[in-house]
Amino acid sequence: MTLNAKPETTEMTFPLPEPFLEWFRAKGWRPRPHQLELLAEAEQGRSMLLIAPTGAGKTLAGFLPSLVDLTRRTKRKPGMASRGIHTLYISPLKALAVDIHRNLGIPVEEMQLPITIETRTGDTPAHKRQRQKLAPPDILLTTPEQLALLIASRDAERFFADLRYVVLDELHSLVISKRGHLLSLGLARLRQLQPNLQTIGLSATVAEPDELRRWLVGQGETGGMAGVITVEGGAKPEISILESAEHIPWAGHSARYALPDIYEAIRAHRTTLLFVNTRSQAEMLFQELWRINEDTLPIALHHGSLDAGQRRKVEQAMAGNTLRAVVATSTLDLGIDWGDVDLVIHVGAPKGASRLAQRIGRANHRMDEPSRAILVPANRFEVMECRAALDANYLGAQDTPPLIEGALDVLAQHVLGMACAAPFNADMLYAEIRTAAPYAALPRETFDHILDFVATGGYALKSYERFAKIRKTADGTWRVSHPRIAQQYRLNIGTIVEAPELNVRLTRSGRGKAYGGRVLGKIEEYFLETMAPGDTFLFAGKVLRFEGIRDNECIASNAAGQDAKVPVYAGGKFPLSTYLAGEVRAILADPARWGALPDQVHEWLEIQRQKSILPKAGELLVETFPRGNRYYMVAYPFEGRLAHQTLGMLLTRRLERAKARPLGFVATDYSIGVWALRDMGRMFRTGELPLGALFDEDMLGDDLEAWLDESYLLKRTFRNCAVISGLIERRHPGQEKTGRQVTVSTDLIYDVLRTHEPDHILLQATRADAATGLLDIRRLADMLSRIKGRIVHKNLEQISPLSLPVMLDIGKESVAGEANDVLLAEAADELIREVMGEK
Amino acid sequence: MTLAMHSGDHRLGEPHGGTVKTVIAGVEAVCDPAGALYFPEMRLLAVSDLHMEKGSSFARRGMLLPPYDTGVTLDLLAAVIARYHPATVISLGDSFHDPEASARLPALYAIRLRGLMAGREWIWITGNHDPHRPVHLPGDVAGELALGPLVFRHEPQSGSAPGEIAGHLHPAAKIVRRGRSVRRSCFASDGERLIMPAFGAYTGALNVLDRAFRGLFAEEQLLAFMLGADRVYTIGRRMLFPG
Repeated sequence: MTLNAKPETTEMTFPLPEPFLEWFRAKGWRPRPHQLELLAEAEQGRSMLLIAPTGAGKTLAGFLPSLVDLTRRTKRKPGMASRGIHTLYISPLKALAVDIHRNLGIPVEEMQLPITIETRTGDTPAHKRQRQKLAPPDILLTTPEQLALLIASRDAERFFADLRYVVLDELHSLVISKRGHLLSLGLARLRQLQPNLQTIGLSATVAEPDELRRWLVGQGETGGMAGVITVEGGAKPEISILESAEHIPWAGHSARYALPDIYEAIRAHRTTLLFVNTRSQAEMLFQELWRINEDTLPIALHHGSLDAGQRRKVEQAMAGNTLRAVVATSTLDLGIDWGDVDLVIHVGAPKGASRLAQRIGRANHRMDEPSRAILVPANRFEVMECRAALDANYLGAQDTPPLIEGALDVLAQHVLGMACAAPFNADMLYAEIRTAAPYAALPRETFDHILDFVATGGYALKSYERFAKIRKTADGTWRVSHPRIAQQYRLNIGTIVEAPELNVRLTRSGRGKAYGGRVLGKIEEYFLETMAPGDTFLFAGKVLRFEGIRDNECIASNAAGQDAKVPVYAGGKFPLSTYLAGEVRAILADPARWGALPDQVHEWLEIQRQKSILPKAGELLVETFPRGNRYYMVAYPFEGRLAHQTLGMLLTRRLERAKARPLGFVATDYSIGVWALRDMGRMFRTGELPLGALFDEDMLGDDLEAWLDESYLLKRTFRNCAVISGLIERRHPGQEKTGRQVTVSTDLIYDVLRTHEPDHILLQATRADAATGLLDIRRLADMLSRIKGRIVHKNLEQISPLSLPVMLDIGKESVAGEANDVLLAEAADELIREVMGEK
Repeated sequence: MTLAMHSGDHRLGEPHGGTVKTVIAGVEAVCDPAGALYFPEMRLLAVSDLHMEKGSSFARRGMLLPPYDTGVTLDLLAAVIARYHPATVISLGDSFHDPEASARLPALYAIRLRGLMAGREWIWITGNHDPHRPVHLPGDVAGELALGPLVFRHEPQSGSAPGEIAGHLHPAAKIVRRGRSVRRSCFASDGERLIMPAFGAYTGALNVLDRAFRGLFAEEQLLAFMLGADRVYTIGRRMLFPG
């Protein structure tokens, strides 16, 4: 993010201190109106939300009130006690804090302002943190996790005694996660320490600005909102969908067909940013680009699994404009300055209009110049999705997700942190927590459960009183029972729980005992679980051969020139947004809009209309047809993969009960396919199984409960909740397992807790989390009520054009993680055949 | 200590559905899907690595795991005992997660455990987690126990005589089929030695192909008796995957 202001030559009379006017004059700039407006409002004592597109000088606007206030304050006389932090800046990314340090430091130095600015992140050395505690800078740039640590320390009160402003950058991305919940609780504590505190939130355009406005200020009996300043978007971006002469695939996510076109676009531009949705897509695209990179253009790869050193190198090269292209995942989404990017290529569908706008904002980081972007759909449904996203961006539509209630595992972490800071009174802490917008509606009973959980685990069987982490003392306050608990708290802080990962170490092949070689990055354990030695995979831009796991590291060797078994496409991290889903349905229902689609896609829809039907707006199309010795049912809800997966689980349970003998299902972002041994189409027609009953909303009752308890998805969610709530400790990098006795699998804990105390607060938190996260039950529920009485059934002799993509996915992706005894039985039978000499 | 070799009365010890019979050093044994090993001839039931009170062991260090693990383990144990009505039970070491664990045993669970022990011989083999006799509990204590051609001890000793029944290593096996893997606790045996799965509710498991198992089995003869939902699956060495 840059500190740009508008060039201007006329004489200025602005309400700014002299050094600022001087600086603007010397630069030939003038402050932008929203920067001055924000300053004026802040000087009136208001907390403010600034909504502005990239390149609008948001950062300077956000810091201007602080800089002006700091410039005006009286000089510290020798012998006076050092002052505390004046302004706290919080960003979601470490890298962003560092970036701001550089960009803010320049004008402060040029104006010779008596202001000290420092960063404090996980990378800050211990001695510097110590020094910062004794002699705090005026402006501290940090992250939500560091704030949690600071407010949990015993000297928090003194440290924040002079705090005036908190600047929250990229607020739209912070508030939607558990990090946002943790941060909101931190803010509540800061307001407690410093009631006159003002917040300034900086955000990209969002669907519901009022949610953010409430978030920024303490919520009293009547709510309350920060002021808001909205800067209209600058130049309209120039976005196009790639027009390729090649055949657009029916299914898949690789977009290989478009590689020559992508390469040509890179050649025709100075610097290109290529965004993809998953790490494996990034690996694949990078690899394929280099395969055709005849000009050996400097093309780099950047994603979260890569070694940090390697990532820093790419970032530096990018800032120095020495790269022609970078293939990246969401690690580059946020507002870091990436040099002179003049083209953004988005490979695969963007999944959300707001996300697309954000990513495109990366090109040409100046508000007044249009950004250039090309969307590359990977399959035919994605063509429609890209079209919908493109229309949305032009229309300025926003589809940021609605905010959800504060998570209880985060609350548990915070409660322990507050006990580490100082003994607390439960009534007062409860009142304080309710001032945080995500927890404004927190019932006292739930708070008390969490308190009990933090103290002794909150179990019905009260056997842990003597091991309590916090205890209520004679004066009625809660205290940490042992200093060790505070230490543990500090090591386990934060809400980001990575899936267990192993280092990938590169050795030479054929040397089974070799331990040397460099670490390329980290890979998720679950992926390795499915691999056998000799299997090849793409990682860090190389084809590697899996040699084995040794000492908790994945040992791999170079397998250049071989075909890689690409990591399974994990469905993309982002589900299709509700807004885009609606748009895709609308395009489908309205032949007048097909003209904007490429001919191939246009034709595809025409054939569908002839051979089957196209659902009207608001309808759900269900097709049935036989194929091989199976019967298929394909439905098109367009509600995103997560909701479809949940739907698939529930539908197969019901089909099972109806004796349709379902064998499996596959879910994509757009549709869901189920196959069975009996003719489901016939069952629907004869009324043996009415479609309305199959898709009835009541599936979200008992069926959901029954399935959930067994689901691996819930176990995965439980693991996160267990770590965040402090039930189990994090595994830290470098801290190896010293034996199987020191860890307990969270799956085992989950099973025990579920059988003995199904209503435990942590299981409640887990279910709530899963419902909004991995299961996307809210969307499923909305869909089921929307399509009630509007299901259109088409029975076909053969597979329909529209079903082709999902049918092609069958076999490639199956439903993973459910009971697998069938596989065991097969393996055992094979042994028997082998022993008995049968073939 | 003497142990009669029972014979004749097989009705009580009749293997039920889902079990797998195997022979170790000439002695017939039944692998039960719950992870217990039953010797019909001796009417003897062996379980290993119960790790009772592992939850409270973690709680002492600030990880307040659900305190129900011992309860779950005892439920499972009660079910197995009801199935076979053994005359003798051997708990093959690491019965308790730490040396103080037996003293922490909640009264509720201590009563249940005593109930299971009543009317039969009970032998606590000591393990690395529980090197001493459990407090306030009956039963005999031994470092190891030889019965005919069999010897029961906690830690397997490489190079020892055939007939060793041990625990300690918490074996698991993994198969991969159609790109999906299944990993389960298992009995591991080559016919000469058998290593038992861990029985406790909070116990993890280690792949039989791990270094820790090296030298214990004749590779070609190794069978993993994997624990399924309600039956045991016999899987050969060549089907096994590491990890």
